[in-house]
Amino acid sequence: MIPEIGHAALWLAAGLALVQALAPVLRVTGLSVPAALGQAILCLIAFLALMWAFVVSDFSVGLVAANSHTAKPMIYKVTGVWANHEGSMLLWVLILALFGAVAALRARAMGERFRTILLSVQAVLGIGFYAFLLLSSNPFERIAPAPVEGSGLNPLLQDPGLAFHPPLLYLGYVGLSVTFAFAVAAMIENRVGPAWARAVKPWVLGAWSFLTAGITLGSFWAYYELGWGGWWFWDPVENASLMPWLAATALFHSVGVLAARNALRNWTVLLAVIAFSLSMIGTFIVRSGLLTSVHAFAVDPERGVFLLILLALYVGGALCLYAWRAGSVTAGAPFTPISREGGLVANNLILSAVLGVVFLGTLYPLMLEGVTGEQVSVGAPYYESALLPLLFLLLLVMAAGPLMRWRAMDLPTLGRRLVPAIAGGLVLAGIGAAIGPRSVLALVGLAFAGWLAIASLMILRGRKLRRVPASVWGTAIAHMGVAVLTVGVSVSGAMSVEKLANLRPGESTSIGPYEAVLTHIEPAGGPNFTAVRATIAVKRSDAVTMLLPERRNFTNPMNETTETDILVAADGNLYAVIGQGDGGGRWQVRLHWQPFVAWIWYGGLMAAIGGLVAMMGGRRRTGRALP
Amino acid sequence: MMKRLAIFVPLLMFIGFVALALFGLGKPTDRTIESQMVGQKIPTFELAGLDDAHPGLSNEDLAQGTVTLVNIFASWCLPCIAEAPTLGKLADAGVVIHAIAIRDAPEDVQRFLTKHGDPYRRVGMDHDGRTQIAFGSSGVPETFLIDGTGTIRRQYIGEIRADQVDDVLAAIAEVKR
Repeated sequence: MIPEIGHAALWLAAGLALVQALAPVLRVTGLSVPAALGQAILCLIAFLALMWAFVVSDFSVGLVAANSHTAKPMIYKVTGVWANHEGSMLLWVLILALFGAVAALRARAMGERFRTILLSVQAVLGIGFYAFLLLSSNPFERIAPAPVEGSGLNPLLQDPGLAFHPPLLYLGYVGLSVTFAFAVAAMIENRVGPAWARAVKPWVLGAWSFLTAGITLGSFWAYYELGWGGWWFWDPVENASLMPWLAATALFHSVGVLAARNALRNWTVLLAVIAFSLSMIGTFIVRSGLLTSVHAFAVDPERGVFLLILLALYVGGALCLYAWRAGSVTAGAPFTPISREGGLVANNLILSAVLGVVFLGTLYPLMLEGVTGEQVSVGAPYYESALLPLLFLLLLVMAAGPLMRWRAMDLPTLGRRLVPAIAGGLVLAGIGAAIGPRSVLALVGLAFAGWLAIASLMILRGRKLRRVPASVWGTAIAHMGVAVLTVGVSVSGAMSVEKLANLRPGESTSIGPYEAVLTHIEPAGGPNFTAVRATIAVKRSDAVTMLLPERRNFTNPMNETTETDILVAADGNLYAVIGQGDGGGRWQVRLHWQPFVAWIWYGGLMAAIGGLVAMMGGRRRTGRALP
Repeated sequence: MMKRLAIFVPLLMFIGFVALALFGLGKPTDRTIESQMVGQKIPTFELAGLDDAHPGLSNEDLAQGTVTLVNIFASWCLPCIAEAPTLGKLADAGVVIHAIAIRDAPEDVQRFLTKHGDPYRRVGMDHDGRTQIAFGSSGVPETFLIDGTGTIRRQYIGEIRADQVDDVLAAIAEVKR
């Protein structure tokens, strides 16, 4: 019964979305806010109904039978709701409806009429996804006869990382739908200008922060759960989340220019359209199986076509509107190249180039196949050689940008402000050269990190810290985060060492600054798996730590995973994986010493926090502007 | 004028993407995509058997002069169930089929074979999927056509459908020649 309630709630929500979409046309504007709130409540009911089916293991629901199991720990029954196609699309729709409700309550700054149109655009987006869910991916579909037991969940996905990684990414993706709706409404109403930019900025920053946190968490999950020791693999699925992130990064910087100086109007609106388009394209690429996999069984081509039609309608429609309206949006106020605006334009150009590189790399295999029929995959070497110069350039500009004045600035003044940053870069590179990596690239990376770190502190120089606006704090924190990330990438990239040793219990090996002894191997168990656990004593200047990597054998479905154990020291991570035994008493032990690798994720999280801090500031300011 | 044109660039790029995606979705799902290992000797491996009726599998077993199919499957894989009757038909036609069971438990495999039919001579238990990776396979089910010298001649990705039986038999006949 409860799954049917969920199913009915979805249909009702779709009906409300139709009312909300047509409200401006039918001139029943009073209905759009209640419709938005109603949708949120109904979607929540649908989502909870599905969650209930997972929690009580109702295997008459096909989705539960395929993805759950009675022996699974409760938390993974719950996360199982969105660890599959239908459930994750329901989560997507729920977040869309919740954001719609928040927009209905909060997006008042541009007036009643604008809000009605904004909500109408938001509802048009919603209708497409309701249709997708109800017509081709119904999560509540019953199966008869119901199996007595479910077919489990991939144990790789039984991890706290999965509990938070997709929802965070979705908050980001779907948050960008609000900025998309803002952009379309502004084009329809011809209201692209500073007031619009101020109204949309918190939404961009919020979505961007969630996206940043989601990507960072995803990278960390891949690092410690997949046992590969890397943190970014240029996989199409990863790129699918990186592309909207790049567009959103460019967007909130150009929104800043539009808000402060009424310039870059066309460009900003276009970026707002592109950012959400890329998150839809990303979802499409992942969900349709266009690029990820040659294995057709997980993918339904019909769904791909459905998503592509949605994509063509929404993105194509918005871009047509852009082509029609952009001519009537007059150019903004002028500025010189050496100015805050100039810096932000440079930021946008470089980010666009980076986006182009990633986009091309992701789609190139498909294009080549179309032209020559040849199948290739584009790997890290392409991205590294194409992106490295761009990223160095970006680090160069992003340090200087916030130190520049609006409109115009003379070079000598800017130069004086940057002297400490140059010193910082030289000092960090010097320290690196003295005790750290022998790689030129890593030293250049460190120099840029030092330069950016000091420049980020310089943003706060000469200000009374208590009176610094939140948006400035946000900039400083986020830019500092990027400096921290750069240190992590440079040092771990150049100085990581890996060692594979076949050890008997009692034997030892050395790795980086550590001496490692395999003390013993023993069986271990958990709620739905059995395991072999190794105890490895690692010693560094008399401090001994025990690392306990495991190999887990899950019973349902049969699957084996490696549980790494990681020693997190101040200056790096020691990463231990236990491999196969050879039957003769030797065990394969893989050790990885990765100095400063954790700084990559610390940096990512700092950037996300910076975005949230800036968002709070933006909200308060628009709040004050209200009468 | 240039500026007017520039306004249409994003739209044109997007149309290009849609065309590309349509091509990508519309292209026939070619189930015989050649992997890196096709044309090469199979790597050295040795897997324990399932039970007395199904001894284990090693690279030596695949270089005995007979053309064989190696079916990579698992009892927890739904398309493998769909594929089982087709493999049965191939076995009935006299094709030697060995299996590599990926990350599986003997009881589950036995139950699978009882329920869905047993076309296999040998069944190697690949507990950690390492042999599967050595074959250049990344999913289940996949089937490799191996000639008498132990060289991989073809790879079928995804389940072999009933309408592919004749293709597979023809491919085997060609390898035999």
